[in-house]
Amino acid sequence: MNHAKKAEIFNKDEAKVNWHDKALWYVREKRDNSAHKVQGWEYLRELGSAIKANVLSNLDEYLIQFETNAQKNGIKVHWASNAEEHNNIINSILEKHNAKKVVKSKSMLTEECHLNPFLEKKGIEVIDTDLGERIVQLAKEPPSHIVLPAIHKKKEEVDVLFQEHLGTKPSQGNPEYLVSEARKHLRNKFLNADVAITGVNFAPADTGGVVVCTNEGNADMGVHLAKVHIACMGIEKIIPKEKHLGVFLRLLARSATGQPITTYSSHFNKPDEGKEMHIVIVDNGRTEQLGREDFRASLHCIRCGACMNTCPIYRRSGGHSYDYAIPGPIGSILSPGKDLKKHSSLPFASTLCGSCSNVCPVKINIHEQLYKWRQVIVKEQKQPIVKKSVLKIAGVVLSKPKLYGFAGKSARFVLKHAPRFMIYNKLNAWGKARDLPEVKNENFDEWYKKRNKNG
Amino acid sequence: MIICSVYYIILQLFKNKQERTGHLRINNRVISYLACKKAINNNKRMKVGLFIPCYINQLYPQVGIATLELLEKLGVDVYYPKNQTCCGQPLGNSGYEEDSKGACRLFVENFKSYDYIVGPSGSCIYHVKKHFDILEQTQDVINVRNNAYELCEFIVKILGRTDLGASFPHKVGLHKSCHGLRGLKLGSCSEVMGDHYSTEEDLLNNVKGLELMSLNRKDECCGFGGTFSVFEEAISTKMGKDRINDHIDSNVEVITGADHSCLMHLEGLINRNKQPLKVMHIAEILNSQTQV
Ligand code: SF4
Repeated sequence: MNHAKKAEIFNKDEAKVNWHDKALWYVREKRDNSAHKVQGWEYLRELGSAIKANVLSNLDEYLIQFETNAQKNGIKVHWASNAEEHNNIINSILEKHNAKKVVKSKSMLTEECHLNPFLEKKGIEVIDTDLGERIVQLAKEPPSHIVLPAIHKKKEEVDVLFQEHLGTKPSQGNPEYLVSEARKHLRNKFLNADVAITGVNFAPADTGGVVVCTNEGNADMGVHLAKVHIACMGIEKIIPKEKHLGVFLRLLARSATGQPITTYSSHFNKPDEGKEMHIVIVDNGRTEQLGREDFRASLHCIRCGACMNTCPIYRRSGGHSYDYAIPGPIGSILSPGKDLKKHSSLPFASTLCGSCSNVCPVKINIHEQLYKWRQVIVKEQKQPIVKKSVLKIAGVVLSKPKLYGFAGKSARFVLKHAPRFMIYNKLNAWGKARDLPEVKNENFDEWYKKRNKNG
Repeated sequence: MIICSVYYIILQLFKNKQERTGHLRINNRVISYLACKKAINNNKRMKVGLFIPCYINQLYPQVGIATLELLEKLGVDVYYPKNQTCCGQPLGNSGYEEDSKGACRLFVENFKSYDYIVGPSGSCIYHVKKHFDILEQTQDVINVRNNAYELCEFIVKILGRTDLGASFPHKVGLHKSCHGLRGLKLGSCSEVMGDHYSTEEDLLNNVKGLELMSLNRKDECCGFGGTFSVFEEAISTKMGKDRINDHIDSNVEVITGADHSCLMHLEGLINRNKQPLKVMHIAEILNSQTQV
C-alpha cells in the first residue's frame, strides 16, 4: 500500500487527525521558543552542518581513530556491513554469555535492522525500556516517530493496553498512575537483565566512547545493572572531537522537544570493572548513500525528529503511513536509497513546502532531495501509465504555443459546458472535496489581444 | 549621473545592514538606484516582460489583468510575449523534469530580451530561478534566471514602492505560499530565527482601509503542492480545510496571497463547503480602488 492510501485511512478519523496534528505542532512550537532563546541559533546550525560534512568527507580516518581509542579503553569493537551481520554479532555476544534477557534503550538502528523479532525467534526476551517504545512494543506496533514512538496513541489507549499486559486498574488514562505502574514493571526487567543494548547519539573519535541522550535515564539504568553493554551505531554517528558535543547536544534537545538539554547525556567511555562493553558499527546502506552526491547530506541527520513535527503531511498522516523505520521527511529521503521500488511513493508524500529543511538542526536540504528523488524514481521505476502519458503529453503541449492555445481553449470549453456529473466523478480526485474554478468567457490571451486592438 | 553616484554611496552604507539581515530592506530611493543604473547601462527605459502562468491565463484572467494594470500604473513599460505557455513546474515537481525542457527553453526564448521578467506567482518564478539548472547555462538562461521576479518582490525591491495608493476596506488574511516564502524568501519564516519581515505585508499594510488579520499558524502549507493535490487527495484537502479554518477563526473576510495555485485549491474547498470567505490574488487587492 502506498503512502496516499495509508494516509487516506488515517484520515477517516478526523478528530484523531486533529489531535495528532495539534500534539506535534505543540512540540514544534516548543522547539521554536527554545531556539529563539539561543543567540546565534542559525550559526549553531551552520556549525552542526559543517562538522557533519567534515565527518562524511573523512569518515574512514575518523572511524579508525575511533576504533583505536575505543580498544585502548578496553571496549570490543565489531563491524557489520548490513543488518544481518549486525544481528548475528549481537546474537553471538548473547550466546557467549548465555544471556536470555535483554533490556534495550531506544535505538532506531536496531529498529532498522529488525533486531527484536530476530532475537525473539531465538527465545530471547527483549524489553524496550523507553516508555514510548515499551507502549508500542506491547501493542505489537513499530514506533511511529523517532523521538516520540507512541505519539499516535492516546492515553486512554495506553490505559487499556496496560490493563491487558501489566494488569493495571482502569484509570481513564491517568498519566501519573500509568507512568508509575510502567516504572514498577520496568524496574523488575532492569534488575533481571543479562545484557543491556543501547543506541548511540554521538561517537567522538578522539575519545572512542559513546554518548547516549535520554530523558528517562533508562540507558544508564540498563547499562549499570547488566554485566554486558552493547552499543549499536551507524557509521555516521561519529563526531571528530568530544568538544563538538557543545554544538550537537544544544541542537539536539532543543530541536527534538524544546528542552535546553536532554535530562541525561550519558557518556560511556569504558566498561566497568568486571564487565564487558561492545560497540557494533553498522553500515547497512550508508556508504552507498554516501556515494550518491545529491543525497549524501541525508547522513548528517542526528535523529531529532524536528522535521516530522513540522511536516504538515506527517502530522496528518501519522508515522505508520510511511511504512519505514524512520518516517517523515528524513525517512522519505533515506528509504528510497534502501529500496527504491518499495518506497517510491514517499518522495511524493510532500508539497515541497521546505519547512523540514528550515528546522533541521544540521541543515539537510530535505525538500530539495525529495525533488531529486522524484526525478530518479520516474526514470528508474515503472510509472502508472495514465500519469505518465498525461505528463509526457503535457511536456509536448507546453513546448508548442499553438498546441497549447488549442488545448487551453478546449479544456475551458469542456469545463464550462459539460454537465456536472461528467466533471465531478470518481476519476476526478480534485473534485472529490473541491470545486473547480468557475470558467470565464475569455482567457488572458484573448483579453489582451482585444485590448490591444481597441487601444 | 551625480545623483546615481550619491545613491551608490548610500547603497554601500546600507550594504552591511543588508548583509546582516539577509534581506533587501533598504531605502526605497537606493533600490530605485539599482533599477536606474540598469536602465542607464542598457541606455534605454526598463523593459519588463509580463509572465502570466498557464493556469492564470486559462482560469484566472482577472489576476493577469490586475497584474498588468498595476505595473502600468506604476509607470513600467510592460510587454506580454505572446507565445508563452508554462514554466515547466508541474512536470518538474512530478519527476518529469526531462520532459519539461521544451517548455523551459520556450520560456527563455520568450523572455530573454527583457530587463526583468515579472509574474504573479511565486512558485513559477521560484521554478525558473531554482530549476532551470537543467538547461545548458547560456548567457540567456542565466539572465532570465537572474531577472525573474515575483510581482510583490519586483514592486518592493526593484521599484522601491510600498504605498501603491490602493484602498480595500476589508479584513484580509495573508496566505504565505511556501515557494514564495521559503523559496524566494519573500518574508521571514517561522522556523528560522531572525528579524521579522514580509514583502507582501509591507504592501498590504499600505492599502487604505485594509485590516491585516493575524493567524494562528503564520506560514503553514495549504496542501496544494501541484499534482500532490490529486495523488494525495485526502491529506491535501485536510490541509486546505485546516488552513481555511485558521482564517475563519481569525475573522478574515478575504484570503489573499501571491500565488494563485494555493488560492485555487483553497477556493475550491471554500466554494464546495459554502464558507463565508472570498479569495483574491494580492494583485487584485493592490490594484483595487474600493472606496472606504
Ligand atoms: S533530518 Fe534533520 S530535522 Fe529531521 S530528524 Fe534528522 S536532524 Fe532532525
